[in-house]
Amino acid sequence: MAAGLPLSLGHLVAAALATLILGTLAAVAWWAGGLGGLTEWDWRALWFTLWQAALSATLSAALAVPVARALARRRFRGRGLLVTLLGAPFILPVIVAIMGLIAIFGRNGAVNEGLRALGLPEIGIYGWQGVILAHVFFNLPLSVRLILQGWQSIPSERFRLAASLGFAPRDIARHLERPMLRAVLPGTWLAVFLVCLTSFTVALALGGGPRATTVELAIYQAFRFDFDLGRAATLGLLQIALCVGAMLAARRIVVPQAFGTGMDGGEGPPAPGGWRRGADALVITLAALFLLWPMMAVVVTGLPRIPLLPPEVWQAALRSVVMAIASALLAVGACLALALTIARGAGRWVEAAGMLPLIASPLVLGTGLFILLRDAATPQQMALPVTVAVNAAMALPFGLRALIPAAQALQQDYGRLADALDLRGWARLRHLTLPRLARPLGFAAGLAAALAMGDLGVITLFASDQPTLPLKLYQLMNSYRMADAAAAAVLLMGLSFALFWLFDQGGRLDA
Amino acid sequence: MKTVLIPALLLASPALAQDRVLTVYAEDYIASEWGPGPKIEEGFEAFCDCDLQFVTGDILPRLLMEGQGTEADIVFGLNTDLTARARASGLFKPHGQDTSDMSLPIEWTDDIFLPYNWGETAFVYDTTRLENPPASFEELLEAPDDLKIVIQDPRSSISGLALLLWVKKVYGDDAPEAWAKLAPKVLTVTRGWSESYGMFTSGEADMVLSYTTSPAYHIAAEDDDTKRAAIFPEGHYFMTELAAQVASTDQPELAQQFMDWILTPEFQAAIPLANWSLPAKLPQADWPQVMRDLPRPDTTLFYSENEAEALRQPALDEWQRAFR
Repeated sequence: MAAGLPLSLGHLVAAALATLILGTLAAVAWWAGGLGGLTEWDWRALWFTLWQAALSATLSAALAVPVARALARRRFRGRGLLVTLLGAPFILPVIVAIMGLIAIFGRNGAVNEGLRALGLPEIGIYGWQGVILAHVFFNLPLSVRLILQGWQSIPSERFRLAASLGFAPRDIARHLERPMLRAVLPGTWLAVFLVCLTSFTVALALGGGPRATTVELAIYQAFRFDFDLGRAATLGLLQIALCVGAMLAARRIVVPQAFGTGMDGGEGPPAPGGWRRGADALVITLAALFLLWPMMAVVVTGLPRIPLLPPEVWQAALRSVVMAIASALLAVGACLALALTIARGAGRWVEAAGMLPLIASPLVLGTGLFILLRDAATPQQMALPVTVAVNAAMALPFGLRALIPAAQALQQDYGRLADALDLRGWARLRHLTLPRLARPLGFAAGLAAALAMGDLGVITLFASDQPTLPLKLYQLMNSYRMADAAAAAVLLMGLSFALFWLFDQGGRLDA
Repeated sequence: MKTVLIPALLLASPALAQDRVLTVYAEDYIASEWGPGPKIEEGFEAFCDCDLQFVTGDILPRLLMEGQGTEADIVFGLNTDLTARARASGLFKPHGQDTSDMSLPIEWTDDIFLPYNWGETAFVYDTTRLENPPASFEELLEAPDDLKIVIQDPRSSISGLALLLWVKKVYGDDAPEAWAKLAPKVLTVTRGWSESYGMFTSGEADMVLSYTTSPAYHIAAEDDDTKRAAIFPEGHYFMTELAAQVASTDQPELAQQFMDWILTPEFQAAIPLANWSLPAKLPQADWPQVMRDLPRPDTTLFYSENEAEALRQPALDEWQRAFR
């Protein structure tokens, strides 16, 4: 029973997720009377989607390695705050992030003004390079966090042993860091790749034209303008096929991580001196500049008007916060069940199901739910609960990426001991699992809350008579109130960030 | 968790007070407190002895999926470029209004879809940033490529689609050449109008695809007369938003009452400063001063819904090729 509880729960969650994602797709296809054919433009969109996602993922993961290493081995005042702040772009609502990027890298942005002043040629962000820039901006923080957790998961005894054996930095890299990176990087790359596959607004705002069309936009067009649900379902299926294909490819290069048991120390890897010290400082400064400057630009524009925002915006903000917290709790519960099941060596399908939401088209998901639930409830009744559930599902893959390695390590390090001690069920959860996994759990909950906060998602498709904050932001923009929209953007950013910080800090209290 | 959450969500739900409920499906921006929705609701409830409820979202796809089973009594905010499919669904019944005496630049004979506002597409610029705006569509095409414009994607935005039809109407078979000249000036293509407009107001682009009526907002609400619509002698593409009543309504009297109200001066007078567009049936003398003062194009261009539907895909292909 005790061993069976988390096991069966994990399988149940996986089955529910697969039903949610594949079931809604099937519902859309069923409604349309089958799958539709694709056009020449759809194939172009597929190609663009693939290469931009691959390039974005490669750049994000590659750039994240030096940043994560520098953060892992350096201790300085404000480091904890910086690590949290550097995570912020990932949880920024897309529309806010685009405002910030344009303020820095746009035609009238700070960078181009500087270049003009120096008499240098300007840079243009509109085009594929803008899409990649935005994707790296969004996903570098995720990559850094995942890789940093990899570094922190190496027990400090290992580093001490290495030091006593006289290991040089390159020996440490070879024996400790590279095996960790081999375990963490494919999953990181895959997560970013999948996030970029479903990109929609970024590609549209910065892509410079229809060359930068993604599959998700093609789905939107099929659904919204052609009302061709068959084609939308085909495109949705194609996205899922891409997801499964990428996961299978990534699985082959994953090397399971095993560092043995160790006491937890917070000191991290040794900090080499010499030129590496300067290089680390430079890397951290550049990353902070790239990630924080655009957000500062948004804050400076919008902050002064926040007190002037009308009460409806504050109501929407409160509603969004309640929904985000509900989503986070749901997500983290599901995430834990899945991760424990996966750590016990469950079938690959459980992990695949956990990654599915990443690739599910929100439009197909929303439409499918509408078709499936329309006889049970009105869209107005289901809008809030469905949004909470869908947002929880959408956040799962990110939480899982952080939680799976930790859960696997926990199972390998303590699993047999706990079994031998007959530590089971609730007691095991309370005394072993939750304390040991508090950090990734807090991180996962923070991510889920923040992502739910910024999500416009399926709610607009159903009903928006109980609007969320992102929807209010769009309503302000749609009624020419750009200054108020900028203020609402800062409020949205602040709340997302506060939620993330609260959960993330909660996870660190025990650890 | 549940015990905390459920009351919180229930509190957020609107109370149902009356039996006579008129359900109006509307695009989201209409029903928001900054759109015309609240005024429409207040005005109608003042005399209908009923509760008008807006249901917002992606209204046409939703309506097409719900079919005969829809709860909607009225659909509010459809666009001419989408009415062909809406009409083909057979879900609507005639509005029963006399449309011979509208204040529209075109003749309106449709007995199903009733216009309640209108305007035209136009490129809006800022006089402090662009001193010599193009004086015609041709001048825009021939302008140097460092004149940057932002437009909306015709695959995701109604105004983007209107631009496609505008170019097609002005240039006909030469539309691909026109797009080839325009493409290098397009800074970027956004999903919707609001993202484009935000880029324009923040100074990223010199001109933005918007409406002839856009400057009215800046004049009336911000006391700023630096935003202007460039008026082109080739003409501007007509855009209107439409209302229709659903044939399967369970409130036929209320629905008809609502349709009868749309063209009344009371309703029409609320449109200009809440919707930032022109009223469909109101003598110019009764328009707000700011709307009367706006420069008007001499020519209004328009495709019938069947023409628009037939042109949509070929024009979209031409457009995509121009950017390839």
